[in-house]
Amino acid sequence: MRFRTALLGAVALTALTGAASAERGSDGQVNIIYWQAPSILNPFLSGGTKEVESASLVIEPLVRFDETGEMVPWLAESIPTVENGGVAEDLTKITWTLKEGVLWSDGTPLTAEDAVFTWEYCTHPEGGCAQSSYFDGVSSVVAVDDRTIEVNFAAPKPFPYTAFVGSESPIIQKAQFADCLGAKAPECTEANFAPIGTGPFVVTDFRPNDVVQFAANENFREAGKPAFATVLFKGGGDATAAARSVMETGEFDYAWNLQIDPNVLSSMEAKGLGKVVTAFATSVERIHVNQTDPNPSLGAERATLAHPHPFLTDPTIGQALSMAIDRSLIADVGYGAGGQPTCNVLPAPAAYASTANDGCLVQDIEGAKKLLDDAGWVPGPDGVRVKDGVRLSLTYQTSTNAVRQDTQALVKQWWSEIGVETELRNIDASVFFGGDPGSPDTFQKFYADVEMYTNNFAGVDPEAYMANWRCSEIPSPETQWQGSNMQRFCSEEYDALVDKMSQTANLEERGALAKQMNDMLMQSYSIIPLIHRGNPSAHAVTLEGVRMNDWDSEIWNIKDWSRAK
Amino acid sequence: MTEPTAAAPLSDPANRPPRNQWWDVLDQFRTHRGALIGAIVFIVMVATVLLGPWVWSIDPTYIDIRARNQGPTFAHPLGTDQLGRDMLARMMAGGKVSIAVGFTAMLLSLFLGTLIGLLAGYFKNLDGPLMRFTDLFLALPLLPLLLVMVMLFREALSARFGPETGVFILIVVAIGITSWMQTARIVRGDVLALKEREFVLAARSIGTPSRRMILRHILPNVMSPVMVSATLGIANAIITESALSFLGLGFPPDFPTWGRLLFDAVDYLQQYPSRVIWPGLAISLTVLSVNYMGDGLRDALDPRIRGR
Amino acid sequence: MFTYTVRRLLLAIPTLLFISLIIFLLLDLAPGDPTAQLPLTIPPEVREKIRESLGLGQPVYVRYLLWLKQFLVAEPLHVFDTMFGTGFADGMQRVISWQTRSPVADIIAQRMPQTLWVVGLSYVIGTLIALPIGIISAYRQYSWFDQIGALVSMIGYSVPTFFTGVLLIVVFAVNLGWFPSIYDTTHVVDSWDAFVFQVRQMAMPVFVLALYNAAQISRFMRASMLDNLAQDYVRTARAKGMSEKVVVLLHVLRNSMIPVVTVIALGVPTIFGGAIITEQVFKVNGLGQLLITAIYANDIPMVQTLTFIFAVLIVLFNLIADVLYGMLDPRIRYD
Repeated sequence: MRFRTALLGAVALTALTGAASAERGSDGQVNIIYWQAPSILNPFLSGGTKEVESASLVIEPLVRFDETGEMVPWLAESIPTVENGGVAEDLTKITWTLKEGVLWSDGTPLTAEDAVFTWEYCTHPEGGCAQSSYFDGVSSVVAVDDRTIEVNFAAPKPFPYTAFVGSESPIIQKAQFADCLGAKAPECTEANFAPIGTGPFVVTDFRPNDVVQFAANENFREAGKPAFATVLFKGGGDATAAARSVMETGEFDYAWNLQIDPNVLSSMEAKGLGKVVTAFATSVERIHVNQTDPNPSLGAERATLAHPHPFLTDPTIGQALSMAIDRSLIADVGYGAGGQPTCNVLPAPAAYASTANDGCLVQDIEGAKKLLDDAGWVPGPDGVRVKDGVRLSLTYQTSTNAVRQDTQALVKQWWSEIGVETELRNIDASVFFGGDPGSPDTFQKFYADVEMYTNNFAGVDPEAYMANWRCSEIPSPETQWQGSNMQRFCSEEYDALVDKMSQTANLEERGALAKQMNDMLMQSYSIIPLIHRGNPSAHAVTLEGVRMNDWDSEIWNIKDWSRAK
Repeated sequence: MTEPTAAAPLSDPANRPPRNQWWDVLDQFRTHRGALIGAIVFIVMVATVLLGPWVWSIDPTYIDIRARNQGPTFAHPLGTDQLGRDMLARMMAGGKVSIAVGFTAMLLSLFLGTLIGLLAGYFKNLDGPLMRFTDLFLALPLLPLLLVMVMLFREALSARFGPETGVFILIVVAIGITSWMQTARIVRGDVLALKEREFVLAARSIGTPSRRMILRHILPNVMSPVMVSATLGIANAIITESALSFLGLGFPPDFPTWGRLLFDAVDYLQQYPSRVIWPGLAISLTVLSVNYMGDGLRDALDPRIRGR
Repeated sequence: MFTYTVRRLLLAIPTLLFISLIIFLLLDLAPGDPTAQLPLTIPPEVREKIRESLGLGQPVYVRYLLWLKQFLVAEPLHVFDTMFGTGFADGMQRVISWQTRSPVADIIAQRMPQTLWVVGLSYVIGTLIALPIGIISAYRQYSWFDQIGALVSMIGYSVPTFFTGVLLIVVFAVNLGWFPSIYDTTHVVDSWDAFVFQVRQMAMPVFVLALYNAAQISRFMRASMLDNLAQDYVRTARAKGMSEKVVVLLHVLRNSMIPVVTVIALGVPTIFGGAIITEQVFKVNGLGQLLITAIYANDIPMVQTLTFIFAVLIVLFNLIADVLYGMLDPRIRYD
């Protein structure tokens, strides 16, 4: 500790040359805790949030999203549009101009060649680049001159802001990674652990899955920034411990992803050392309702389209299940300020959010009962409704997580009130979300009647997200159970809307289409949305400038952070 | 045996009918104060857990959301949890599972460990293979092993024995077969030394068959480390059970067990400390009572101590 | 005894190869996927590409042989190279972790110090306090010392570290502020103050683990001492007029050590395995945390390498225990 403070002093002294008001490195050290530690600082080789966000201190994209989801030019001078001529009329080309005089932390200039190289690096067939979907539809990236980058698309791209936009698609330095293409990518340990960037900080020490130390970038383009001389980026432990270290012991200044009981969080906050901040983007905790029959007796054809579900294909049942849920209470118990009840699977940005389904916000047990009564489902001797010998009995699976288990217990009780029997199951997250076709417990196989998890989409454009529910996306043995249409929803009409959206450029029309698709899904009751989830983090009260953001890296503006005097 | 006559007073040792040695063991056990208290505590706990739900009939999974996070009240003597479920009912329901799992898994692990340890220690040509087998089990990573077991056997067992019994068997077997190795190594070490002792030599020289040698002469002499293993094993099994339920290998998530109640309550340590204390106390009491019963049993089985 | 040791060492080679194969097959069979922890926004095709780039497209025996070659040839050669500045391992692929895309051995070396400091020290402390407690508890059976010893050790063993650890943090880090709640692995001990800080940050995890270890070892020590104290040779030794100290500490203790030696020999390899829960509670980030994160991320090369080193230590220390039996009790013969 001593040693480090001494070092800080030295760094601070060297920085004492500029203006007196805001000097680079004048605020000492900021301590950040991510209870899951980054294992690599090259987000192209690991797409995990922890890697992307820790690397965002160092490497940057052309454009970031701010906390409202608006695009902010970062390395680019401005946002190209059709109006200003940056995007071609036929939507097959977008032209970016780099800011003038941007230097890499090693002092060399950033050029368009670096962007071209980044595209080559991430689309190399043997590289296994985790972010390659950002270059989907990109036919070439061309360096017109040192500061002009041209991205060409194979087909018209109505929303061209994917490549080099947002924290998951940053630009890496050609000089550093030139020998790391394709299969050689993992051999460049040094580059992967300490990428050279244009960002406010440079890596001084990286210990995988443990701790990263950063120091201010002397060549950073904004004078006087960052205010902090060093960053300690620690990992390990769990969310409660991370919250405690910021709000109870004050050892750390910023803690990430604190999804714990809101009661516990607020009682920690009451000590006055730290503050919880929450940002909302597009994450929705939802229940998927299996449209196919998961009965084990079906063997290999279990949970495939060959066998429709005995009762869940009927929207009436799904509607009753949805009506029985008190979403505000779930938000209250499990999420606090970090969650709002929602009736849409596409809750944001505002232009895409439908209001047609908001009736679900109010719990209506009686209404649900009546719905089932009218449909001919009558309570049997044990209180479970029966019709033609079929019992309304469900298995309900989700990943292991305290909040999810509480939600499960609540929902089970409400469903039992309307005469639906529920058996709960929890599965370890690494198995549940793993795509292992050999395991019966993955969320793709969906060997249960209903399952619950959170999904979202990156950036602000829902086109790819809504395409998740095409018929062709249904996981099945033929696709090795890959696919994103978990509930096996299939409608030609829906598929047609997806195609239409991919050809529509007008933002208003796109909004209308997205809403229409959302409503179609909601009214099929194959997805029961529960909570629009925010991302809660905490920062010390002495830390200023935090603008919590869930559209980009949540520490996207660390260059503006400073210590309160 | 003829009926005792008044002419032969029982007080005369020579006339007393030959008495089963287990009566002596029981007598000795009863004079061991720790063992007696341990046994009483244990029986009280088992009785509470088994008979309690008849008296205290609140459903342990029933959610009364308006009564959440309550302290002890008349309606909820141990308070309620974050969803308003009654803690007393949950403690009783959890105890049933934890004691059953802890005891059965401990017995299974003890049986396997003692058997393998005895065989390896006594028979020279079994020693190598059995101990290498033990090394293998010691080296296997626990988590992937458990995940494989769930994947392969859960559905088969559920189909065969019904979901609850199936899960119970799976958990007990999973804990049992991953925790016998220490007992086996310890028993073997002791047997290696014991079989060179004079009394074993003497027994062997009169032609005692191996089976009788092991059961009558060797086994009683390794009882004390086995008893310690039993005590430690039951604590281990109760805690491991809670770890299993996080992997999705255990009982359904709304099904309470002591280990799980304790784990869930750790986050609330500062706000509601009583929620940690109850399951922690229950586990410790169980382990302590088993420890003292084990002590008493060991003393009672030792003919040198008996009657002292 | 020497020939026995040599024979066992030779036999250990096929045993370990077999164990490594079983571990590999187990890890391969276990459900899981190295891309499971990635955000759901990454589409399935990209995931498939990632899996291929990790070599998962190959059949299992190819992957096993590759790992074997990397671990048994490339890694030792690399160590040789760095020691003598030679270049035998140039161009040879080392064992590469899937999470970090860097050599597994380097990360293990990075994690060793904190694990040895915390877990190793707590084992030493645990053993050192357990032996006298066990001896005194047995010698004065049912005394107040014995009763308190039983109580403390049973609570120490039955209350899991995920609870005791958090309790200590709440009391000593949050309320009293004596110790840091987060272990600083970058801390360098280069002065007295730095040493004091190191002691402060180690205090709580070492205490928790030492209590747990001591509980276990002292119970075995006590039980085994009790067995021996009642033996005839003790009476003989006393009758011969030996001092109580000699009888207990020389004769009884030596004969009681066999189970204790077994337990300690089983415990030493687990130091290398790290203490998963304690390391997590105190954010020590040692080998235990490395193993558990690797398991959750399905980082098979990392898990395989760590478990295999663990297996080597187990085989080695069980052999050491067997040799020690022969020294403690010369009547034990293996050939």
